[in-house]
Amino acid sequence: MSTPHVLLGLLASGTKHGYELKRAHDERLPQARPLAYGQVYATLGRLLRDGLVTPAGQERLAGPDRTAYALTEEGRTALDRWLGTVEPPMPHVNSTLFAKVVVALLAADVDRARAYLIAQRRAHTDRLRELTALKTAPSATIDDVVAADYAIAHLDADLRWLHTTLDRVADWHREVHP
Amino acid sequence: MTQLQARGLVKSYGPTPALRGVTLDVAEGEIVAVTGPSGCGKSTLLHCLAGILRPDAGEVSWHGHRIDTWSEAARSRLRRTEFGVLFQFGQLVAELTAAENVALPLLLAGTGRRAARTAALTWLDRFGVAQLADVRPGEMSGGQQQRCATARALVTEPRVLFADEPTGALDTLTGEQVLTQLVRLAREQRTTVVLITHEPRIAAYADREIVLRDGVIDHTGLGLDAAPLAGGPR
Repeated sequence: MSTPHVLLGLLASGTKHGYELKRAHDERLPQARPLAYGQVYATLGRLLRDGLVTPAGQERLAGPDRTAYALTEEGRTALDRWLGTVEPPMPHVNSTLFAKVVVALLAADVDRARAYLIAQRRAHTDRLRELTALKTAPSATIDDVVAADYAIAHLDADLRWLHTTLDRVADWHREVHP
Repeated sequence: MTQLQARGLVKSYGPTPALRGVTLDVAEGEIVAVTGPSGCGKSTLLHCLAGILRPDAGEVSWHGHRIDTWSEAARSRLRRTEFGVLFQFGQLVAELTAAENVALPLLLAGTGRRAARTAALTWLDRFGVAQLADVRPGEMSGGQQQRCATARALVTEPRVLFADEPTGALDTLTGEQVLTQLVRLAREQRTTVVLITHEPRIAAYADREIVLRDGVIDHTGLGLDAAPLAGGPR
């Protein structure tokens, strides 16, 4: 994920200081890894250096001064460009799941690969149920639902792959260890 | 508390066994998914639990009372008053409007016409199709029909809802919307749900999952989509 562009997007609706940006990020992308404050300020520093954001006044509440940031014209252009760019659809197949199955077959045997696939499938299933409960809770926001949908679709795809691979493992093993 | 119980259910269609000894307890308010590959006996199990089919052997009990030995009339009464059934294709009555379809189970149970219509409108509204109250099924989309059918299955506020691939004919989003609402209302009313599906993402709505394979419950805990355990070389 491109944190700089996400921050630019969060600034598109108006100025915010670092703390507000962190909160907005975690709220709008509820299932993403939460942003660390250090990461927010480091990213803002780079955006400032590149002229994509500009300071927009100081605010003093209970604690230290807080600088609010606004999107510059260049920042908006950069955001538009990012939003208009299609992501390459899976240019490399580099999932750890996939690598682990291949390595289990190379370094161990079919039983080991199957044991891993079965255990992994159970973990996926548990997570699928957790996310489904989250998105169907009456308190779920649209952000929760959209984030859960994304994860559920990917887990579902993984589960289908795990299922098919369980069936294929024996064939594969014969090919790798003739 | 156990509400519905199956003991050693056996059922065959001619020489073809569908259930080969299924034992299962369902607690009150529980949402149970029954999964497994096509032909594993899922629908037959649902039909036996709901008292639609009689098993060849074994017992089905409702709150501790055996119902598989009851007459067809007695089982039919139980289905009308305590159970709701929902199929993949809603099976609405084509000649009736949405509101008339939803009101039908209440009218059959003796509710007055006006009260039945009011309840029907409330349930159509809960599934977001109140505006279709006076529309016939032929003029509705598949998703709209299934929302009406779900409203009809729940209008009597059954103690158990039996749902056989209820979203199987719908696109992903519509299916999820129907199921989300169904599960939400079931939890609110503590309605037990027996949900048949072959899709992991649908089974994930349930509290618990039973995997059927070749007419028996697979206790390996292998997971949602029941891959073969001992596939062996192919």
